[in-house]
Amino acid sequence: MSNTASTAIVRKTALNAAHRRLGARMVDFNGWDMPVEYPANVQRKNGGLIAEHLIVRSSVGLFDVSHMGDIRLHGPQALGAVQHMTFNDASKLAIGQAQYSALLYDNGTFVDDVIVHQLGENDYLLVINAGTREKDYQWVREAAKGFDCVVEDLSDNYTQIAIQGPNGWRTLQKLTDADLTAVKFYWFTHGTVCGLPDTLIARTGYTAEDGFEIYIPSDVATSERVWNALLAAGEEFGVLPCGLGARNTLRLEGALSLYGHEISDKITPWEARLDRFVKMDKEEFTGKDALEKQKGKGLERILVGLEATGRGIPRDGYPVLDPQGAHVGVVTSGSPAPFLKKNIALAYVPPLLSAEGTELAVEVRGQAVTCKVVAIPFYKRPRPAKAAQ
Amino acid sequence: MYFWEIIMAYPPEYKYTREHEWLAVEGTTGTIGITDYAQNSLGDIVFVELPKVGAVLEAGKTFGTVESVKAVSDLYAPVTGTVTAINETLATSPEKVNSEPHTAWMVKVTLANPAEVEALLTAADYEKFVAEEQ
Repeated sequence: MSNTASTAIVRKTALNAAHRRLGARMVDFNGWDMPVEYPANVQRKNGGLIAEHLIVRSSVGLFDVSHMGDIRLHGPQALGAVQHMTFNDASKLAIGQAQYSALLYDNGTFVDDVIVHQLGENDYLLVINAGTREKDYQWVREAAKGFDCVVEDLSDNYTQIAIQGPNGWRTLQKLTDADLTAVKFYWFTHGTVCGLPDTLIARTGYTAEDGFEIYIPSDVATSERVWNALLAAGEEFGVLPCGLGARNTLRLEGALSLYGHEISDKITPWEARLDRFVKMDKEEFTGKDALEKQKGKGLERILVGLEATGRGIPRDGYPVLDPQGAHVGVVTSGSPAPFLKKNIALAYVPPLLSAEGTELAVEVRGQAVTCKVVAIPFYKRPRPAKAAQ
Repeated sequence: MYFWEIIMAYPPEYKYTREHEWLAVEGTTGTIGITDYAQNSLGDIVFVELPKVGAVLEAGKTFGTVESVKAVSDLYAPVTGTVTAINETLATSPEKVNSEPHTAWMVKVTLANPAEVEALLTAADYEKFVAEEQ
Protein backbone atom coordinates (compact mmCIF):
# COMPACT_ATOMS: atom_id res chain seq x y z
CA MET A 1 0.00 0.00 0.00
CA SER A 2 1.62 3.26 -1.03
CA ASN A 3 1.05 6.50 0.84
CA THR A 4 0.57 9.83 -0.90
CA ALA A 5 2.42 12.93 0.25
CA SER A 6 0.29 15.90 1.26
CA THR A 7 0.98 19.42 0.01
CA ALA A 8 0.77 22.68 1.93
CA ILE A 9 -2.85 23.75 2.39
CA VAL A 10 -3.50 27.38 1.52
CA ARG A 11 -7.20 28.28 1.67
CA LYS A 12 -10.31 27.22 3.50
CA THR A 13 -13.99 27.91 2.88
CA ALA A 14 -16.24 29.09 5.71
CA LEU A 15 -17.55 25.53 6.02
CA ASN A 16 -14.15 23.93 6.60
CA ALA A 17 -14.77 23.21 10.28
CA ALA A 18 -18.25 21.88 9.48
CA HIS A 19 -16.76 19.40 7.00
CA ARG A 20 -14.21 18.23 9.51
CA ARG A 21 -16.89 17.81 12.18
CA LEU A 22 -18.76 15.56 9.76
CA GLY A 23 -15.63 13.43 9.50
CA ALA A 24 -14.85 14.44 5.92
CA ARG A 25 -11.72 13.12 4.27
CA MET A 26 -9.98 16.33 3.23
CA VAL A 27 -7.77 16.96 0.24
CA ASP A 28 -5.84 19.81 -1.32
CA PHE A 29 -7.72 20.93 -4.42
CA ASN A 30 -5.88 23.69 -6.26
CA GLY A 31 -4.71 25.17 -2.98
CA TRP A 32 -8.05 24.72 -1.18
CA ASP A 33 -8.56 22.38 1.80
CA MET A 34 -11.73 20.65 0.63
CA PRO A 35 -13.75 17.52 1.43
CA VAL A 36 -13.24 14.77 -1.13
CA GLU A 37 -15.80 12.52 0.54
CA TYR A 38 -17.59 12.02 3.86
CA PRO A 39 -17.04 8.36 4.85
CA ALA A 40 -19.83 6.49 6.62
CA ASN A 41 -19.43 6.39 10.38
CA VAL A 42 -21.43 5.69 13.51
CA GLN A 43 -23.34 8.96 13.17
CA ARG A 44 -23.96 8.75 9.43
CA LYS A 45 -24.48 5.16 8.29
CA ASN A 46 -24.42 6.04 4.61
CA GLY A 47 -21.46 7.81 3.10
CA GLY A 48 -18.37 7.79 0.95
CA LEU A 49 -17.93 8.78 -2.67
CA ILE A 50 -20.15 6.08 -4.20
CA ALA A 51 -23.03 6.64 -1.76
CA GLU A 52 -22.78 10.40 -2.28
CA HIS A 53 -22.83 10.02 -6.05
CA LEU A 54 -25.86 7.70 -5.95
CA ILE A 55 -27.88 9.87 -3.56
CA VAL A 56 -27.52 12.84 -5.93
CA ARG A 57 -28.92 10.77 -8.79
CA SER A 58 -31.79 9.36 -6.69
CA SER A 59 -32.57 12.09 -4.16
CA VAL A 60 -30.44 14.99 -2.91
CA GLY A 61 -26.85 15.82 -2.03
CA LEU A 62 -25.23 18.94 -0.62
CA PHE A 63 -21.95 20.43 -1.88
CA ASP A 64 -19.81 23.27 -0.56
CA VAL A 65 -18.58 24.96 -3.73
CA SER A 66 -17.47 28.21 -2.14
CA HIS A 67 -14.03 27.81 -3.65
CA MET A 68 -15.52 28.86 -6.99
CA GLY A 69 -15.07 32.51 -7.94
CA ASP A 70 -17.54 35.29 -8.63
CA ILE A 71 -16.89 38.33 -10.81
CA ARG A 72 -19.49 41.06 -11.23
CA LEU A 73 -19.51 43.41 -14.21
CA HIS A 74 -21.89 46.35 -14.08
CA GLY A 75 -22.14 49.73 -15.77
CA PRO A 76 -23.40 51.27 -18.99
CA GLN A 77 -21.22 49.04 -21.22
CA ALA A 78 -21.23 45.87 -19.12
CA LEU A 79 -23.05 43.90 -21.81
CA GLY A 80 -20.52 45.05 -24.37
CA ALA A 81 -17.69 43.92 -22.13
CA VAL A 82 -19.29 40.53 -21.50
CA GLN A 83 -19.93 40.03 -25.21
CA HIS A 84 -16.33 40.91 -26.00
CA MET A 85 -14.86 38.47 -23.51
CA THR A 86 -17.13 35.44 -23.84
CA PHE A 87 -18.00 33.10 -26.71
CA ASN A 88 -21.73 32.68 -26.04
CA ASP A 89 -24.27 35.42 -26.75
CA ALA A 90 -25.14 37.25 -23.54
CA SER A 91 -27.52 39.56 -25.39
CA LYS A 92 -29.91 36.59 -25.60
CA LEU A 93 -30.19 36.52 -21.81
CA ALA A 94 -33.12 37.95 -19.90
CA ILE A 95 -32.77 39.29 -16.38
CA GLY A 96 -32.89 36.20 -14.19
CA GLN A 97 -31.34 33.93 -16.80
CA ALA A 98 -27.93 32.23 -16.96
CA GLN A 99 -25.89 30.59 -19.71
CA TYR A 100 -22.84 28.39 -20.03
CA SER A 101 -20.02 30.29 -21.68
CA ALA A 102 -16.25 30.66 -21.71
CA LEU A 103 -13.44 33.16 -21.78
CA LEU A 104 -10.97 32.60 -24.62
CA TYR A 105 -7.48 33.81 -25.35
CA ASP A 106 -6.74 35.44 -28.71
CA ASN A 107 -5.56 32.08 -29.99
CA GLY A 108 -8.99 30.56 -29.32
CA THR A 109 -7.97 28.46 -26.32
CA PHE A 110 -9.64 28.62 -22.91
CA VAL A 111 -8.92 31.05 -20.10
CA ASP A 112 -11.79 29.34 -18.24
CA ASP A 113 -15.36 28.23 -18.64
CA VAL A 114 -17.98 30.27 -16.85
CA ILE A 115 -21.67 30.60 -16.07
CA VAL A 116 -22.90 34.08 -17.01
CA HIS A 117 -25.89 35.34 -15.01
CA GLN A 118 -27.79 38.49 -15.95
CA LEU A 119 -28.55 40.09 -12.58
CA GLY A 120 -30.09 43.24 -14.05
CA GLU A 121 -29.82 45.81 -16.79
CA ASN A 122 -26.10 45.90 -17.64
CA ASP A 123 -25.36 43.88 -14.53
CA TYR A 124 -23.72 40.47 -14.90
CA LEU A 125 -22.28 37.84 -12.58
CA LEU A 126 -19.66 35.43 -13.89
CA VAL A 127 -19.14 32.29 -11.81
CA ILE A 128 -15.69 30.84 -12.50
CA ASN A 129 -13.50 27.94 -11.43
CA ALA A 130 -11.64 27.75 -8.16
CA GLY A 131 -8.26 26.95 -9.62
CA THR A 132 -8.33 29.92 -12.00
CA ARG A 133 -9.79 32.68 -9.80
CA GLU A 134 -6.90 35.13 -9.79
CA LYS A 135 -5.92 34.47 -13.40
CA ASP A 136 -9.51 34.97 -14.57
CA TYR A 137 -10.01 38.16 -12.57
CA GLN A 138 -6.87 39.75 -14.03
CA TRP A 139 -7.81 38.62 -17.50
CA VAL A 140 -11.41 39.93 -17.15
CA ARG A 141 -10.20 43.28 -15.84
CA GLU A 142 -7.86 43.57 -18.80
CA ALA A 143 -10.51 42.51 -21.30
CA ALA A 144 -13.03 45.00 -19.83
CA LYS A 145 -10.71 47.95 -20.36
CA GLY A 146 -12.21 50.28 -22.92
CA PHE A 147 -15.73 49.44 -21.77
CA ASP A 148 -17.53 51.71 -19.36
CA CYS A 149 -18.15 49.22 -16.58
CA VAL A 150 -16.94 48.22 -13.15
CA VAL A 151 -15.35 44.82 -12.56
CA GLU A 152 -15.61 43.49 -9.03
CA ASP A 153 -14.15 40.32 -7.55
CA LEU A 154 -16.84 39.10 -5.17
CA SER A 155 -15.40 35.62 -4.69
CA ASP A 156 -14.71 35.96 -0.98
CA ASN A 157 -18.11 37.54 -0.28
CA TYR A 158 -20.07 34.35 -0.85
CA THR A 159 -20.42 30.88 0.53
CA GLN A 160 -21.83 28.89 -2.39
CA ILE A 161 -23.80 25.73 -1.64
CA ALA A 162 -25.12 23.37 -4.30
CA ILE A 163 -28.25 21.34 -3.53
CA GLN A 164 -28.36 18.73 -6.28
CA GLY A 165 -30.69 15.91 -7.23
CA PRO A 166 -34.40 15.35 -7.95
CA ASN A 167 -35.28 16.24 -4.34
CA GLY A 168 -33.01 19.26 -4.30
CA TRP A 169 -35.81 21.71 -4.96
CA ARG A 170 -38.01 20.09 -2.27
CA THR A 171 -35.19 20.39 0.24
CA LEU A 172 -34.45 24.03 -0.51
CA GLN A 173 -38.16 24.96 -0.77
CA LYS A 174 -38.55 24.27 2.92
CA LEU A 175 -36.10 27.08 3.68
CA THR A 176 -37.16 29.79 1.23
CA ASP A 177 -40.15 31.92 0.38
CA ALA A 178 -39.21 31.95 -3.30
CA ASP A 179 -41.41 29.70 -5.45
CA LEU A 180 -38.79 27.32 -6.76
CA THR A 181 -41.24 25.59 -9.10
CA ALA A 182 -41.37 28.85 -11.06
CA VAL A 183 -37.59 28.89 -11.63
CA LYS A 184 -36.69 27.10 -14.85
CA PHE A 185 -33.42 25.27 -15.40
CA TYR A 186 -30.58 27.75 -15.91
CA TRP A 187 -32.67 30.60 -14.54
CA PHE A 188 -32.36 32.16 -11.11
CA THR A 189 -34.24 34.29 -8.65
CA HIS A 190 -33.63 36.17 -5.43
CA GLY A 191 -35.46 35.29 -2.25
CA THR A 192 -35.15 34.88 1.47
CA VAL A 193 -33.26 31.74 2.44
CA CYS A 194 -33.05 30.82 6.15
CA GLY A 195 -34.08 34.38 6.91
CA LEU A 196 -31.37 35.87 4.69
CA PRO A 197 -33.04 38.38 2.37
CA ASP A 198 -32.25 38.83 -1.30
CA THR A 199 -30.29 35.60 -1.65
CA LEU A 200 -29.32 34.53 -5.16
CA ILE A 201 -30.96 31.16 -5.87
CA ALA A 202 -29.95 29.65 -9.22
CA ARG A 203 -31.19 26.48 -10.88
CA THR A 204 -27.71 25.54 -11.97
CA GLY A 205 -25.21 22.85 -11.10
CA TYR A 206 -22.41 20.58 -12.23
CA THR A 207 -23.95 17.17 -11.60
CA ALA A 208 -26.13 16.56 -14.69
CA GLU A 209 -29.13 16.53 -12.31
CA ASP A 210 -31.78 19.08 -11.42
CA GLY A 211 -30.79 21.23 -8.49
CA PHE A 212 -29.99 24.66 -7.14
CA GLU A 213 -27.02 26.72 -6.08
CA ILE A 214 -27.37 29.43 -3.45
CA TYR A 215 -25.00 32.29 -2.65
CA ILE A 216 -25.03 33.37 0.98
CA PRO A 217 -22.80 35.62 3.10
CA SER A 218 -19.43 34.01 3.68
CA ASP A 219 -19.07 34.46 7.43
CA VAL A 220 -18.66 31.17 9.27
CA ALA A 221 -21.73 31.55 11.52
CA THR A 222 -24.15 32.21 8.65
CA SER A 223 -22.57 29.60 6.42
CA GLU A 224 -22.79 26.88 9.08
CA ARG A 225 -26.33 27.84 10.00
CA VAL A 226 -27.56 27.49 6.43
CA TRP A 227 -25.51 24.31 5.77
CA ASN A 228 -26.97 22.67 8.87
CA ALA A 229 -30.49 23.85 7.99
CA LEU A 230 -30.12 22.24 4.56
CA LEU A 231 -28.92 18.98 6.09
CA ALA A 232 -31.91 19.01 8.44
CA ALA A 233 -34.36 19.91 5.67
CA GLY A 234 -32.99 17.14 3.47
CA GLU A 235 -32.99 14.48 6.16
CA GLU A 236 -36.40 13.11 5.13
CA PHE A 237 -34.97 12.65 1.63
CA GLY A 238 -31.83 10.91 2.86
CA VAL A 239 -29.59 13.89 2.07
CA LEU A 240 -25.84 13.41 2.29
CA PRO A 241 -23.04 15.95 2.36
CA CYS A 242 -21.07 15.35 -0.86
CA GLY A 243 -17.44 16.03 -1.64
CA LEU A 244 -15.29 16.77 -4.64
CA GLY A 245 -14.92 13.07 -5.39
CA ALA A 246 -18.61 12.64 -6.14
CA ARG A 247 -18.69 16.05 -7.79
CA ASN A 248 -16.14 14.77 -10.27
CA THR A 249 -17.79 11.41 -10.99
CA LEU A 250 -21.20 13.08 -11.38
CA ARG A 251 -19.95 15.66 -13.87
CA LEU A 252 -17.98 12.97 -15.71
CA GLU A 253 -21.09 10.85 -16.26
CA GLY A 254 -22.67 14.01 -17.69
CA ALA A 255 -19.56 14.66 -19.83
CA LEU A 256 -19.24 18.16 -18.35
CA SER A 257 -15.83 19.71 -18.98
CA LEU A 258 -13.34 20.36 -16.21
CA TYR A 259 -10.71 23.08 -16.67
CA GLY A 260 -7.26 21.60 -16.88
CA HIS A 261 -8.72 18.42 -18.34
CA GLU A 262 -11.19 18.72 -21.26
CA ILE A 263 -10.58 22.46 -21.62
CA SER A 264 -7.38 24.41 -21.08
CA ASP A 265 -5.12 27.03 -22.62
CA LYS A 266 -4.06 24.41 -25.16
CA ILE A 267 -7.55 23.43 -26.34
CA THR A 268 -10.20 25.18 -28.44
CA PRO A 269 -14.01 24.92 -28.16
CA TRP A 270 -14.21 23.01 -31.45
CA GLU A 271 -11.86 20.35 -30.13
CA ALA A 272 -13.82 20.22 -26.87
CA ARG A 273 -17.09 19.77 -28.79
CA LEU A 274 -18.65 22.88 -27.31
CA ASP A 275 -19.78 24.18 -30.73
CA ARG A 276 -23.37 24.71 -29.62
CA PHE A 277 -22.27 27.39 -27.13
CA VAL A 278 -20.08 29.31 -29.55
CA LYS A 279 -21.97 32.10 -31.30
CA MET A 280 -19.95 32.89 -34.38
CA ASP A 281 -22.60 35.33 -35.56
CA LYS A 282 -21.57 37.67 -32.74
CA GLU A 283 -19.76 40.60 -34.33
CA GLU A 284 -16.59 39.97 -32.40
CA PHE A 285 -15.26 38.27 -29.31
CA THR A 286 -11.77 37.42 -28.13
CA GLY A 287 -10.57 34.36 -29.99
CA LYS A 288 -13.18 34.51 -32.76
CA ASP A 289 -10.63 34.92 -35.56
CA ALA A 290 -8.58 32.00 -34.34
CA LEU A 291 -11.71 29.84 -34.19
CA GLU A 292 -12.64 30.80 -37.73
CA LYS A 293 -9.17 29.81 -38.91
CA GLN A 294 -9.31 26.47 -37.12
CA LYS A 295 -12.73 25.72 -38.55
CA GLY A 296 -11.30 26.28 -42.02
CA LYS A 297 -8.22 24.16 -41.39
CA GLY A 298 -10.00 21.29 -39.70
CA LEU A 299 -9.24 19.65 -36.36
CA GLU A 300 -6.36 17.38 -35.44
CA ARG A 301 -8.06 16.07 -32.35
CA ILE A 302 -11.53 15.93 -30.92
CA LEU A 303 -13.11 15.00 -27.59
CA VAL A 304 -14.82 11.61 -27.36
CA GLY A 305 -16.39 9.45 -24.71
CA LEU A 306 -14.83 6.04 -24.06
CA GLU A 307 -16.27 3.06 -22.28
CA ALA A 308 -13.90 0.31 -21.15
CA THR A 309 -14.84 -3.04 -22.68
CA GLY A 310 -11.90 -4.87 -21.14
CA ARG A 311 -11.00 -5.21 -17.48
CA GLY A 312 -9.39 -2.09 -16.10
CA ILE A 313 -9.98 1.57 -15.30
CA PRO A 314 -8.83 4.29 -17.73
CA ARG A 315 -7.64 7.29 -15.74
CA ASP A 316 -6.56 10.90 -16.29
CA GLY A 317 -3.48 11.19 -18.45
CA TYR A 318 -3.39 7.58 -19.67
CA PRO A 319 -2.53 7.15 -23.38
CA VAL A 320 -5.19 6.15 -25.87
CA LEU A 321 -4.08 3.46 -28.33
CA ASP A 322 -5.37 2.39 -31.72
CA PRO A 323 -5.96 -1.32 -32.39
CA GLN A 324 -2.33 -1.63 -33.53
CA GLY A 325 -1.13 -0.31 -30.17
CA ALA A 326 0.07 3.09 -31.45
CA HIS A 327 -0.40 6.10 -29.18
CA VAL A 328 -3.13 8.21 -30.78
CA GLY A 329 -4.47 10.31 -27.95
CA VAL A 330 -4.85 10.85 -24.22
CA VAL A 331 -7.48 10.45 -21.53
CA THR A 332 -8.44 13.81 -20.01
CA SER A 333 -10.71 12.40 -17.30
CA GLY A 334 -11.29 8.74 -16.52
CA SER A 335 -12.88 6.91 -13.63
CA PRO A 336 -15.35 4.26 -12.58
CA ALA A 337 -18.88 5.65 -13.03
CA PRO A 338 -20.80 4.81 -9.83
CA PHE A 339 -24.29 5.18 -11.31
CA LEU A 340 -23.66 3.71 -14.75
CA LYS A 341 -21.51 0.95 -13.23
CA LYS A 342 -19.01 1.12 -16.05
CA ASN A 343 -15.50 2.52 -16.37
CA ILE A 344 -15.66 5.63 -18.55
CA ALA A 345 -13.37 8.31 -19.84
CA LEU A 346 -13.25 11.49 -21.86
CA ALA A 347 -10.31 11.59 -24.25
CA TYR A 348 -8.81 13.45 -27.17
CA VAL A 349 -8.35 11.36 -30.31
CA PRO A 350 -7.87 12.11 -34.02
CA PRO A 351 -11.17 12.85 -35.81
CA LEU A 352 -10.74 9.72 -37.94
CA LEU A 353 -11.03 7.61 -34.79
CA SER A 354 -13.90 9.53 -33.21
CA ALA A 355 -16.93 7.74 -34.66
CA GLU A 356 -19.19 5.97 -32.18
CA GLY A 357 -18.34 2.31 -31.96
CA THR A 358 -14.67 2.80 -32.87
CA GLU A 359 -12.57 0.25 -31.02
CA LEU A 360 -9.60 1.70 -29.23
CA ALA A 361 -7.66 0.92 -26.09
CA VAL A 362 -6.28 2.78 -23.11
CA GLU A 363 -2.85 1.96 -21.71
CA VAL A 364 -3.46 1.28 -18.03
CA ARG A 365 -0.07 1.02 -16.31
CA GLY A 366 1.52 -0.92 -19.13
CA GLN A 367 -1.48 -3.00 -20.17
CA ALA A 368 -3.86 -2.23 -23.03
CA VAL A 369 -7.46 -2.19 -21.83
CA THR A 370 -9.90 -2.28 -24.74
CA CYS A 371 -12.43 0.55 -25.01
CA LYS A 372 -15.02 1.73 -27.47
CA VAL A 373 -16.08 5.24 -28.45
CA VAL A 374 -19.56 5.99 -27.11
CA ALA A 375 -21.92 8.95 -27.38
CA ILE A 376 -21.64 11.70 -24.81
CA PRO A 377 -23.05 12.53 -22.40
CA PHE A 378 -22.77 9.07 -20.89
CA TYR A 379 -25.73 9.90 -18.66
CA LYS A 380 -28.79 12.12 -19.19
CA ARG A 381 -31.19 12.69 -16.34
CA PRO A 382 -34.68 11.31 -16.92
CA ARG A 383 -37.17 14.02 -17.89
CA PRO A 384 -40.81 13.23 -17.05
CA ALA A 385 -43.25 13.86 -19.88
CA LYS A 386 -44.99 16.44 -17.72
CA ALA A 387 -42.73 18.30 -15.29
CA ALA A 388 -43.59 16.83 -11.89
CA GLN A 389 -43.17 20.15 -10.12
CA MET B 1 -9.07 8.86 16.10
CA TYR B 2 -12.50 10.43 16.09
CA PHE B 3 -14.80 8.85 18.66
CA TRP B 4 -17.32 7.84 16.04
CA GLU B 5 -14.95 5.66 14.01
CA ILE B 6 -15.46 1.95 14.50
CA ILE B 7 -12.11 0.43 15.41
CA MET B 8 -11.69 -3.10 14.07
CA ALA B 9 -9.37 -5.33 16.03
CA TYR B 10 -6.23 -6.56 14.30
CA PRO B 11 -6.07 -10.37 14.55
CA PRO B 12 -3.27 -11.13 17.01
CA GLU B 13 -2.18 -14.24 15.11
CA TYR B 14 -1.41 -12.24 11.94
CA LYS B 15 1.76 -10.31 11.14
CA TYR B 16 1.74 -6.84 9.61
CA THR B 17 3.77 -4.44 7.48
CA ARG B 18 4.16 -0.65 7.54
CA GLU B 19 2.53 -0.67 4.10
CA HIS B 20 -0.62 -1.99 5.75
CA GLU B 21 -0.62 -5.58 4.53
CA TRP B 22 -1.32 -8.54 6.81
CA LEU B 23 0.17 -12.02 6.62
CA ALA B 24 -1.31 -15.19 8.09
CA VAL B 25 1.06 -18.16 8.24
CA GLU B 26 0.14 -21.84 8.32
CA GLY B 27 3.11 -24.12 7.88
CA THR B 28 4.87 -22.84 4.75
CA THR B 29 1.77 -21.12 3.34
CA GLY B 30 1.38 -17.42 3.77
CA THR B 31 -1.97 -15.71 3.16
CA ILE B 32 -1.87 -11.99 2.35
CA GLY B 33 -4.43 -9.20 2.55
CA ILE B 34 -4.68 -5.53 3.49
CA THR B 35 -5.65 -4.16 6.88
CA ASP B 36 -8.71 -2.34 8.10
CA TYR B 37 -6.64 0.83 8.30
CA ALA B 38 -5.76 0.43 4.61
CA GLN B 39 -9.33 -0.16 3.40
CA ASN B 40 -10.56 2.74 5.47
CA SER B 41 -7.96 5.07 3.95
CA LEU B 42 -8.78 3.96 0.44
CA GLY B 43 -12.53 4.34 0.58
CA ASP B 44 -14.81 2.16 -1.55
CA ILE B 45 -12.64 -0.34 -3.42
CA VAL B 46 -13.74 -0.98 -6.98
CA PHE B 47 -10.91 -3.02 -8.50
CA VAL B 48 -8.19 -5.40 -7.34
CA GLU B 49 -5.32 -6.39 -9.65
CA LEU B 50 -3.56 -9.55 -8.53
CA PRO B 51 -0.67 -11.61 -9.96
CA LYS B 52 -1.20 -14.96 -11.60
CA VAL B 53 -0.68 -18.31 -9.90
CA GLY B 54 2.99 -19.17 -10.26
CA ALA B 55 4.19 -15.57 -10.03
CA VAL B 56 7.04 -14.91 -7.62
CA LEU B 57 6.58 -12.22 -4.99
CA GLU B 58 9.63 -10.46 -3.58
CA ALA B 59 9.48 -9.06 -0.06
CA GLY B 60 9.09 -5.29 -0.18
CA LYS B 61 8.26 -5.16 -3.90
CA THR B 62 4.87 -4.42 -5.43
CA PHE B 63 2.74 -7.38 -6.45
CA GLY B 64 -0.53 -5.81 -7.54
CA THR B 65 -2.83 -2.86 -7.08
CA VAL B 66 -6.03 -2.00 -5.33
CA GLU B 67 -8.16 0.81 -6.73
CA SER B 68 -10.79 3.06 -5.25
CA VAL B 69 -12.85 5.35 -7.46
CA LYS B 70 -10.27 8.09 -7.07
CA ALA B 71 -6.94 6.39 -6.69
CA VAL B 72 -4.66 3.48 -7.49
CA SER B 73 -2.66 2.03 -4.63
CA ASP B 74 0.22 -0.45 -4.86
CA LEU B 75 0.26 -3.68 -2.88
CA TYR B 76 3.64 -4.59 -1.37
CA ALA B 77 4.64 -8.19 -0.68
CA PRO B 78 5.35 -8.78 3.02
CA VAL B 79 7.43 -11.87 2.21
CA THR B 80 9.11 -13.64 -0.69
CA GLY B 81 7.22 -16.57 -2.16
CA THR B 82 5.42 -18.20 -5.08
CA VAL B 83 1.73 -17.55 -5.61
CA THR B 84 -0.32 -20.74 -5.21
CA ALA B 85 -3.81 -19.22 -5.15
CA ILE B 86 -5.59 -15.92 -5.71
CA ASN B 87 -8.98 -14.91 -4.35
CA GLU B 88 -11.16 -14.94 -7.47
CA THR B 89 -14.19 -13.48 -5.65
CA LEU B 90 -12.44 -10.11 -5.47
CA ALA B 91 -12.81 -9.78 -9.25
CA THR B 92 -16.58 -9.52 -8.91
CA SER B 93 -16.85 -8.35 -5.32
CA PRO B 94 -13.94 -6.03 -4.58
CA GLU B 95 -16.04 -4.36 -1.86
CA LYS B 96 -15.36 -7.39 0.34
CA VAL B 97 -11.98 -5.85 1.03
CA ASN B 98 -13.83 -2.95 2.66
CA SER B 99 -16.35 -4.98 4.62
CA GLU B 100 -14.07 -7.82 5.78
CA PRO B 101 -10.47 -6.73 5.24
CA HIS B 102 -8.97 -9.32 7.58
CA THR B 103 -10.72 -12.27 5.94
CA ALA B 104 -10.89 -11.04 2.32
CA TRP B 105 -7.50 -12.52 1.44
CA MET B 106 -5.83 -11.63 -1.83
CA VAL B 107 -3.08 -14.19 -2.50
CA LYS B 108 -1.63 -17.29 -0.95
CA VAL B 109 2.09 -17.97 -1.34
CA THR B 110 4.51 -20.73 -0.52
CA LEU B 111 7.09 -19.00 1.67
CA ALA B 112 10.58 -19.01 0.17
CA ASN B 113 12.19 -17.82 3.39
CA PRO B 114 10.10 -18.39 6.56
CA ALA B 115 12.62 -16.37 8.58
CA GLU B 116 11.30 -13.19 6.88
CA VAL B 117 8.12 -13.55 8.94
CA GLU B 118 9.98 -12.73 12.17
CA ALA B 119 10.89 -9.28 10.84
CA LEU B 120 7.23 -8.29 10.41
CA LEU B 121 5.21 -6.33 12.97
CA THR B 122 3.04 -7.98 15.59
CA ALA B 123 -0.58 -6.86 15.95
CA ALA B 124 0.37 -4.74 18.94
CA ASP B 125 3.26 -3.08 17.07
CA TYR B 126 1.02 -2.44 14.08
CA GLU B 127 -1.72 -0.88 16.21
CA LYS B 128 0.86 1.43 17.74
CA PHE B 129 2.17 2.26 14.27
CA VAL B 130 -1.24 3.26 12.89
CA ALA B 131 -2.06 5.24 16.01
CA GLU B 132 1.05 7.30 15.30
CA GLU B 133 0.15 7.67 11.60
CA GLN B 134 -3.03 9.42 12.66
